[in-house]
Amino acid sequence: MMKRIHLILLFMLALFANTPANASSHASGKGSVDVKKIIFEHVQDSYEWHIATVGDKHISISLPVIIYSESKGWNVFSSSVFHEQEEYNGFRISSSGNHEGKIVELDIIGNEVRPLLDISITKTVLSVILNSILLVVIVLFTARWYKHRKPDDKAPGGFVGVMEMLVTMVVDDLIKPNIGKNYKRYTPYLLTAFFFIFLSNLMGLIPIFPGGANVTGNIAVTLVLATCTFIAVNLFGNKEYYKEIFWPDVPAWLKVPLPLMPLIELFGVFVKPFALTVRLFANILAGHAVMLAFISLIFITMAVNVYIGSAMTVVSLLFTVFMSFLELLVAFIQAFVFTMLSSVFIGLSQPEHHGSE
Amino acid sequence: MSLLLPEAGLVFWMLVAFGIVYFILHRYGFPAITSMVDERKRFIDDALKNAKEANEKLANIEQQSQDILKKAQEEQTRILREAAATRDQLIKEAREKAEDEGEKMLAETRRLIQQEKEDVLNEIRAQVAELSLSIAEKIIRKELSSTESQKAYIGKLVDEAMADKEKGK
Repeated sequence: MMKRIHLILLFMLALFANTPANASSHASGKGSVDVKKIIFEHVQDSYEWHIATVGDKHISISLPVIIYSESKGWNVFSSSVFHEQEEYNGFRISSSGNHEGKIVELDIIGNEVRPLLDISITKTVLSVILNSILLVVIVLFTARWYKHRKPDDKAPGGFVGVMEMLVTMVVDDLIKPNIGKNYKRYTPYLLTAFFFIFLSNLMGLIPIFPGGANVTGNIAVTLVLATCTFIAVNLFGNKEYYKEIFWPDVPAWLKVPLPLMPLIELFGVFVKPFALTVRLFANILAGHAVMLAFISLIFITMAVNVYIGSAMTVVSLLFTVFMSFLELLVAFIQAFVFTMLSSVFIGLSQPEHHGSE
Repeated sequence: MSLLLPEAGLVFWMLVAFGIVYFILHRYGFPAITSMVDERKRFIDDALKNAKEANEKLANIEQQSQDILKKAQEEQTRILREAAATRDQLIKEAREKAEDEGEKMLAETRRLIQQEKEDVLNEIRAQVAELSLSIAEKIIRKELSSTESQKAYIGKLVDEAMADKEKGK
């Protein structure tokens, strides 16, 4: 079993080293390696899932495009139509400007504008869905183990044991101490968030389909997660919490006539989820970018000189392996930090007794 | 920078996917795990508490048994001592009684012997008297033939009887 895992890991590593190679051969047609383009192509969303390029042939998964525009109504088509033609039904993928890489249509004056609604199943969306399915399967598989067991049965081992350890760790180390006595209501959400982020981070480290997508390094994903925390904080905040925002315990002139402190407090309410959004997004994005940069180093130096390039290959590979391990750590830490901060914010929204410290 | 702008479509799908995941896991996933962990924790706590109590009880019982043992030993020594005392007493009493009895029997025997002796003496005396009489008869029959000696002898008898009479006074 262990041997097989090692083999799979090796195989993945080999592919990992390969993926950007294919991506770069695409770019190197013009002469030099465009590292920025490679990295941005990877970390940004796209309408198809590019897996590899063999020779001149691109192996990629075409994904459905779902668009609603005011002039043309609903449009659903496969993204593969853009392989043959640049424009389809008035839509095309913008190649430059504000909407680079996105599907645009032309307005009356000839400017490129985004259609009103673009809910295409993009690479990130598909990845979110796959990760969600995987997460549900993993957790339900784990939960099934408990179904026919009594509390005095033997504790689980193996995979279920690992899951139980993680769940217990999140509940006992993050949720319970930070939220306090009402922690049970938030446990499912915080656990879901933790495992969703953790799994997405790990999947992002696997270089080939269905992994490798930059899910938690996408600001839309982290925004949704932070919004959920924001809702959990503010929807269930108690009286004390709202009193501290709108009528905090400070000298009166700070509140009337100019509501200085309430404004600052209110600002804080929105800064918290913003901090959550940006922290997770930036950390994961940076991890992906750094790893790709190391790999790209090989092709940059190869373009300069074969010997330097060969030497650099070894160095880059070592660095990439090192970074992969670091990212494994980061994958866990970021999920941990997100859950911890969410619990802290939720805990702050339910002060139990005022001014005890 | 398009990297920093959240895409509406992605937000939408993320909301849907995460919402569904949350719903499913909230219903069927995590509560099963956390409640089981909690229950197991409670079970272990209970078991630990019970074990502690049992240990305490055991220690108690040990103490009690030792107490009982000690008491029993004390009782034993007491009983032994008492038994020894009783035995000594009994022996003493028996001895005393035996001595008394022996003395009584001895006295009785002595008395009987005395009686026998007296009886025998009386009989001997009677026989001696009879014999004396018969001898005296024979002697008298023979001696009375001579008056001289008769007279001497009578005198002598009178003296003797007189002496006896004197002595009896």
